[in-house]
Amino acid sequence: MSEVLVQPPAEKKSLLGKKERKLLTDPLSDNNPVTIQVLGICSSLAVTTQMKPTMVMAISVTAVVALSNFVISLMRNAIPPRIRIIVQLTVVSVLVILVDQALKAYMYDVSKQLSVFVGLIITNCIVMGRLEAYAMGNKPYPSLLDGLGNGFGYGVVILTVAFIRELLGSGKVFGFKVIPDALYEAGYVNNGLMMIPAGALFVVACYIWIQRSFAKHLEEKE
Amino acid sequence: MDFLKKKILELRPDFEKGGKYAQFHTLFDGFATFLFTPDRVSTGGTHIKAGIDLKRTMFFVILAMVPSLLFGIFNVGHQHFLALGEFVGSPMVGFWDKVLYGAIKVLPIVVVSYTVGLGIEFFVASKKGHAINEGFLVSGMLIPLVLPPDIPLWMVGLSTAFAVVFAKEVFGGTGMNVLNVALTARVFLFFAYPTFMSGDQVWISEKPDVYSGATALANAAATGSPFNISADQTWNYSLQDMVVGLIPGSIGETSKIAILLGAAFLILTGIGSGVIMLSVVLGALLMGLIFNGIGLTPFMNMPYYLHLAMGGLLFGAVFMATDPVTAAHTGTGKWIYGLLVGMMAVMIRVFNPAYPEGIMLAILFGNVMAPLIDYYVVQANIARRNKRLAGRGALA
Repeated sequence: MSEVLVQPPAEKKSLLGKKERKLLTDPLSDNNPVTIQVLGICSSLAVTTQMKPTMVMAISVTAVVALSNFVISLMRNAIPPRIRIIVQLTVVSVLVILVDQALKAYMYDVSKQLSVFVGLIITNCIVMGRLEAYAMGNKPYPSLLDGLGNGFGYGVVILTVAFIRELLGSGKVFGFKVIPDALYEAGYVNNGLMMIPAGALFVVACYIWIQRSFAKHLEEKE
Repeated sequence: MDFLKKKILELRPDFEKGGKYAQFHTLFDGFATFLFTPDRVSTGGTHIKAGIDLKRTMFFVILAMVPSLLFGIFNVGHQHFLALGEFVGSPMVGFWDKVLYGAIKVLPIVVVSYTVGLGIEFFVASKKGHAINEGFLVSGMLIPLVLPPDIPLWMVGLSTAFAVVFAKEVFGGTGMNVLNVALTARVFLFFAYPTFMSGDQVWISEKPDVYSGATALANAAATGSPFNISADQTWNYSLQDMVVGLIPGSIGETSKIAILLGAAFLILTGIGSGVIMLSVVLGALLMGLIFNGIGLTPFMNMPYYLHLAMGGLLFGAVFMATDPVTAAHTGTGKWIYGLLVGMMAVMIRVFNPAYPEGIMLAILFGNVMAPLIDYYVVQANIARRNKRLAGRGALA
């Protein structure tokens, strides 16, 4: 993200003005789809046992959110409000099927590992949430950025969760052993709780806890 | 005692606001009120229900656990030497060797549990600036009693820290927790390090590999009876062994007699709820009877009352289901809660071979359900009285 941040403060017509940058960076922290809006929790619990499939999942979701935001935004004035959900679903499912087929063709083992969860991107609340909340009322380009930003925000969280779960659960990062054998000989044991989805719940909770203890302005006033 | 009291009173001004050691006030206050009943009393509209404060209450529960702990220490040694083939014959042979061995195994677990738990408690208390909560006094003793003797100490520390932080502090400390803290520690270990918490290798300390270390409960789950495991083995649990507690298992759960002593003490002092203990036992018996009636598997056919003699059912019923914070509070609610826990415990035992001990998950399930049970009991009471009131109005 650093390239984006060092862009010079631009004038109104710039491709990455202040508003556009906010679209990209807000979902990373203050408006994170997972930890603040609490969307897409299901898949962040299910696919985060290892870094590699999580990475693929993050990229897939980012692609689907960004592209569906873009397409729906293009069509937004032509969609009758009463059937908008079904139109959105059609667009999203086309994109999800494309992603699924691409994974099957080029990364078969990862696709096997992710199993139904690629298909379930359709039901990921982040996708529908962004379409309803943003793409239906904004121009295509900002919608695309919004989709990218939310995809990244989702990716940051699930990659962090996966990192912790893979490290503590199987002693590896991206499939490489990082915890030395000497530690195992000294009596260390991998934590099985991290391998079951309930473990991810605790990791996500800790993530939210730490985030909120740094960003006090997110706390609701009593 | 007088000397201690004088010393505390003498030192106290230093720890008050503005004193030399004001930053250690929480720590000092915690120790002072641990040793002596505090001289500060609530003023205003507080309704006094009992003459003892929370620290004294907690201490009574610990006293009630002492028989289980002492027997547990002996039994850890007894099982160890039995597995090695030493001191055969009467359990009393080599009594002091067994006690010494057991103490070396068990006491470090107790120390680690208390150090970690109280450490976190003290830290949170001084950070938040409130008095030290005494809730951990009981949890710190319960945790060692529900663990196998050979558990690595770092796991004890980790699970204690996990339980204190996630089961208690995040909910607001003592008295606010939804789940029983000690059971949260155990359930953490159970799912995080299953090889150290289940199976037949962990219940006897440092045993030879060839020796069967299956618990009575595991044998019952496998064969439908805890009594006759194999014809060539001398290793048969008799009902007497199971009641006295000379069987492998978690440190404090084996002796039913020691647990019943604790139960009697808790009921006599009015600290533990006899209703909950009774209803958990009744629930377990009821479920056992139902399974006897269905009788599809050997385990279902096992005489229903044997469930009480195996595993931690009784220990959980007496010391954990009765936790006044996490149990149901209303009179009727306690019956429902207890029956639910007892029935669930036996159901999990019989239906799920992966979880041989059902009482742990059953109590946690009961803990989660308790507020709901209380809510409906209270609502039903309100509805009943409203109806009575309406009826009276119609008459008048």
